Amino acid sequence: MLEGAVLVAALALGDAKAGEDVYSRCLGCHSLEYNRTGPKHCGLIGRRAGSVPGYEYSPAMKRSGIVWSEKALERFLADPGKTVPGTTMTYAGVSDPADRSNLIAYLKKQRCE
Amino acid sequence: MSFFAFSSPLVARRAFLGKSGLVLSGTAIALLAGRDVLAAKAGGSTAADANILNTALAAELEAVAAYQVGAESGLLEKPVLALAGQFQGHHKEHADLLAKTIRQLGGKPVDAKKKYDFPTSALKDQADVLRFAASLEKGAVSAYLGAVPLFRNRDLSKAAASILGDEAMHWAVLRNALGENPVPSAFVS
Repeated sequence: MLEGAVLVAALALGDAKAGEDVYSRCLGCHSLEYNRTGPKHCGLIGRRAGSVPGYEYSPAMKRSGIVWSEKALERFLADPGKTVPGTTMTYAGVSDPADRSNLIAYLKKQRCE
Repeated sequence: MSFFAFSSPLVARRAFLGKSGLVLSGTAIALLAGRDVLAAKAGGSTAADANILNTALAAELEAVAAYQVGAESGLLEKPVLALAGQFQGHHKEHADLLAKTIRQLGGKPVDAKKKYDFPTSALKDQADVLRFAASLEKGAVSAYLGAVPLFRNRDLSKAAASILGDEAMHWAVLRNALGENPVPSAFVS
């Protein structure tokens, strides 16, 4: 219970501007507007995992049942392979909790036009 | 715009390419020469390792396509165009090696997409193209950094780290071409 409250507080403190810098790590595979090696990220919060049209997801992601909330993203970004075994996002994760909360704050602001 | 802090772009390119070519070819030889050993070592974890390599391959194929967009943009001066062609060649070498290794592990390499989406309308001049390429290269460095610790087979971690080094050099050269500090920090993330 306390852990959850701490997580919510940490996410609330996320700095979107700092998160934009963290997002530069994602640009080898992702963009906000386009599907690339990974799916596009605009409009991510509230979206069901594996649901962006035109992007070919792994079976693991399609059946994950995840809806991308801040908490779900926090968990996934910490260790994608552990959270969704078999995901094609073969990346060890964003290890720094502050980086994760900043990244999530940035992603929250990215709406699709 | 200051392209390189060398006597000429050509000198810089030769110096750069000489070093990076050695790094990649050494790894390629080691990786491809040890096929049987590699497969034997990988055991039941081959599918997971092939999955990691396939994600890397998809990104490398996209990088090849991105450099093609830059090359065909008509926005690059001749020495920059030559450099872009050389960097594209590196990505092709990475892709070829990754695809061979995936097959070696019993996997099926992903194919290049028929069409890639790039922000072409935002590319107005050479600096835009260089900035776009630099963002992809930095992202590639981070992607490999995130992949290196995941391999079950440490030989593959070594090979991925070799590619990471090459992409980091691309990123540094592109930053330098943009007049930015080519190596902005002691660590990459």
